[in-house]
Amino acid sequence: MKLLELSGIGKRFGGLNALTDVSLHIGRGEIYGLIGPNGAGKTTLFNVITGLYQPDSGEFNFNGKRYRAAKPHVLAGAGIARTFQNIRLFANLTALENVMIGRHVRTRSGVMGSIMNSRAMRLEEKACRDKAGELLNLVGLKKPHQTLAKNLSYGEQRRLEIARALAMEPLLLALDEPAAGMNATETENLKELIEGIRNAGITVLLIEHDVKLIMGLCDRVAVLDYGRKIAEGVPDEVRNDPQVISAYLGVDGE
Amino acid sequence: MEIFLQQIINGLVQGSVYALVALGYTMVYGILGLINFAHGEVVMMGAMVSLSALSLMAGLPPLVSLPLSLLLAVAFCMLLGYGIERIAYRPLRHAPRLAPLITAIGVSIVLQNLAMLIWGRDYHSFPQLFANHAHRMAGAIINDIQLAIVVAAFLMMAGLMLVVHRTRLGRAMRAVAENQHAAQLMGVDVNRVVSVTFMMGSALAAVAGVMVSANYGLAHYYMGFLLGLKAFTAAVLGGIGNLRGAMLGGLLLGLIESLGAGYIGDITGGFMGSQYQDVFAFLVLIAVLIFRPSGLLGERLAERA
Amino acid sequence: MPNAHEAGIFKRQRRRILLAAILLVLPFAVDGILGRGWLRIVDFAMLYIMLALGLNIVVGYAGLLDLGYIAFFAVGAYCYALSASPHLALAFPQLFPDGVHLSFLIVLPAAALLAGGMGVLLGAPTLKLRGDYLAIVTLGFGEIIRIFMNNLNAPVNLTNGPQGISRIDPISIAGLSLNATQRIFGITLPSVHLYFYLFLCFAGLVVFVSQRLEKSRIGRAWMAIREDEIAASAMGINTRNLKLLAFAMGAASGGISGTLFAGFQGFVSPESFSLMESVMVLCMVVLGGMGHIYGVILGGLLLALLPELLRHSVLPMQQALFGKTIIDPESLRMLLFGIALILVMLYRPAGLWPSRVRRRELSSDERPDETA
Repeated sequence: MKLLELSGIGKRFGGLNALTDVSLHIGRGEIYGLIGPNGAGKTTLFNVITGLYQPDSGEFNFNGKRYRAAKPHVLAGAGIARTFQNIRLFANLTALENVMIGRHVRTRSGVMGSIMNSRAMRLEEKACRDKAGELLNLVGLKKPHQTLAKNLSYGEQRRLEIARALAMEPLLLALDEPAAGMNATETENLKELIEGIRNAGITVLLIEHDVKLIMGLCDRVAVLDYGRKIAEGVPDEVRNDPQVISAYLGVDGE
Repeated sequence: MEIFLQQIINGLVQGSVYALVALGYTMVYGILGLINFAHGEVVMMGAMVSLSALSLMAGLPPLVSLPLSLLLAVAFCMLLGYGIERIAYRPLRHAPRLAPLITAIGVSIVLQNLAMLIWGRDYHSFPQLFANHAHRMAGAIINDIQLAIVVAAFLMMAGLMLVVHRTRLGRAMRAVAENQHAAQLMGVDVNRVVSVTFMMGSALAAVAGVMVSANYGLAHYYMGFLLGLKAFTAAVLGGIGNLRGAMLGGLLLGLIESLGAGYIGDITGGFMGSQYQDVFAFLVLIAVLIFRPSGLLGERLAERA
Repeated sequence: MPNAHEAGIFKRQRRRILLAAILLVLPFAVDGILGRGWLRIVDFAMLYIMLALGLNIVVGYAGLLDLGYIAFFAVGAYCYALSASPHLALAFPQLFPDGVHLSFLIVLPAAALLAGGMGVLLGAPTLKLRGDYLAIVTLGFGEIIRIFMNNLNAPVNLTNGPQGISRIDPISIAGLSLNATQRIFGITLPSVHLYFYLFLCFAGLVVFVSQRLEKSRIGRAWMAIREDEIAASAMGINTRNLKLLAFAMGAASGGISGTLFAGFQGFVSPESFSLMESVMVLCMVVLGGMGHIYGVILGGLLLALLPELLRHSVLPMQQALFGKTIIDPESLRMLLFGIALILVMLYRPAGLWPSRVRRRELSSDERPDETA
């Protein structure tokens, strides 16, 4: 059962080929890792998957439907949620509001309902608020839910971003370097959180620099180098792939 | 045919001025990603200062007083541009996008009203320093001032291109425009580059201001607003952030406006006349934004995050 | 806890009743203490507050800079001026020998729709691009509208050019003309009082709608766009449509204010809709506190009354000091506005009266960072 399937994806920026002929698929319920040296095209691929960039070539299938030049909000509605490498929260809104905004695609109240304060709207608003609170507890945000996002610590902001993405009830949760800047304990907590998310039935796509985390968490891993996929497979295979060692692990001397 | 040629000449003259002003918008945008709303007022200030300088030096021979007053206006505007950036934009470089836009509006209002307090609400006439010979060209007329405007504008644009592409400073400017952070890591003093950019843009604006008022023989505290709006349109038409685009856009807009105003009466069967000239720039702006938001020579903007 | 909560509701309700009472008595107090001229000024201030509240939806909530907002006000004003005055008899004597005299209640929704529709037309091509473009396009639009108002007097006299349209019908609702003194429930209400209450109703409506939207899914989506457009679109928010919605709602609200303005003043001319008016309304929003309704009302009130105060203080002061007028209050006012815009953005970006969340944020910024 494939949830996401990319074939022959290419993306150019001016003269630079950021992605060349990338094909991969992610099965339902998998934790799929994406690694590669800096500038290998991981984030570009991520942006293609979430609709921020339109690919120049290739095919994009998600949940049995083909998407062409789809906008981010369309893909979000289809069930792809993401976090950002350089955290992009709504800084001047509260933690609770941030998560409630994540519920946008799964709620419907419009202008008239809001002005009339209709019963349906009040019920939905309450459900939305409750759900947002639950999610904040789930990711383990200890500070009051009314704290402004920008006043949270770095690790808390990372977790708030995950809660906000989970609020969208996604089929695929795409995490862009969620462990960046975390200490060992925080990373361990994150690992448990991601496993919990998978056990709740959500497919996870993970970009990470922390090779140990990736290898310990992912079912399958793909390696990008210079915009091309050079290897794919279960972590042990990839770890021993000579191309990967020379392109990535070798360079880092790990 | 003669009318057509005449409109082309008028368009080229007006377009050269637009191009100079548009360069200021595009340079700042290229480097900071910011629309300097106050730029039109810098043009106005240039015109006003040169005018005051000219009237102070009324006794001197025009060959001395004109270059001197031009120099004074350029120096004043460079200082003004530097000050605007330091006061209104630099502290907000990492603030939400709305903030520098609002301060820019503030600066623009302040300059306009300061000018009104200093120079009053009246139109000031630009003194005629030289005999302004008219030359006949295939039935159309071009006079000395117009000729000088076109030649000077092209010389300045060529000079700017040389600076940007052939000097160390120009390389630093392009580096900052490409990636501010990386440029900083490479040892480029970003703040200095930004200041210099503002000053260069303002110098061009000062010259443009003198040109406009010499051409029309008038200067006015309110002249910067519409001129700024049109020059910005020119920058967008050519592809904002692109220097060649600004020049091309300026000239094109000048031509469109001039031809449009010349023929609108015929097109609408007399319903609309040349008083609608100012509408064309706006229509061009809207059309560009709908059909080619990146402009003629620009890269795609909408996708840039 | 529930008791504290109930007490809070009770307290809020008491405050509301008090506020309503003050507003009801206000015209009599102003009329009695300061005179009828000042009540007229207060009426105009109410119109400005409505404008500022409408612009607040665009700038404060959705974070879009609209620099030609007054154009929508103009659309509303000319809409009423043309459809409730003898003017069109000049252009179409056969068709409308007495001009057009439609009821205010018919023109009002039409004007709101027309202004909103123009907002959509203008916003659709621009709002998918970066915010700066909207600022420029609206700036241009404001100017274009003025050019048309100034020049559409020939060959067919639609707008009467710079002279403007006069003899506009006063607003009358259910046969009750607001231009005459009326006796209601034994209370004598002069025209300015009546207009005050009418404007109060509409301002209240805008406040009500703004408040409801602010705390709704739509309002949250607007604020998400304001904070980070890319993150907002990744949350599944259709940023273009929601920006368009904010823009159109702001425009419609401007159109409503314009209609009221035309009916109240009985005369419209292009002069009332200059760029400076747009800047003034923007100033009200920014100075008061973007996104905070009460802040915006305060900003509107301050800035609408400021010119009057300047006129009553600066002129006599200069006369006394220098024996002549050196700085006329009008340009001094604009100069102050410009300086205020810069200073507020630099030092107090949340405005004079920020919302509670913002206030908390300001105070928390002063505390040393706990997490560091």
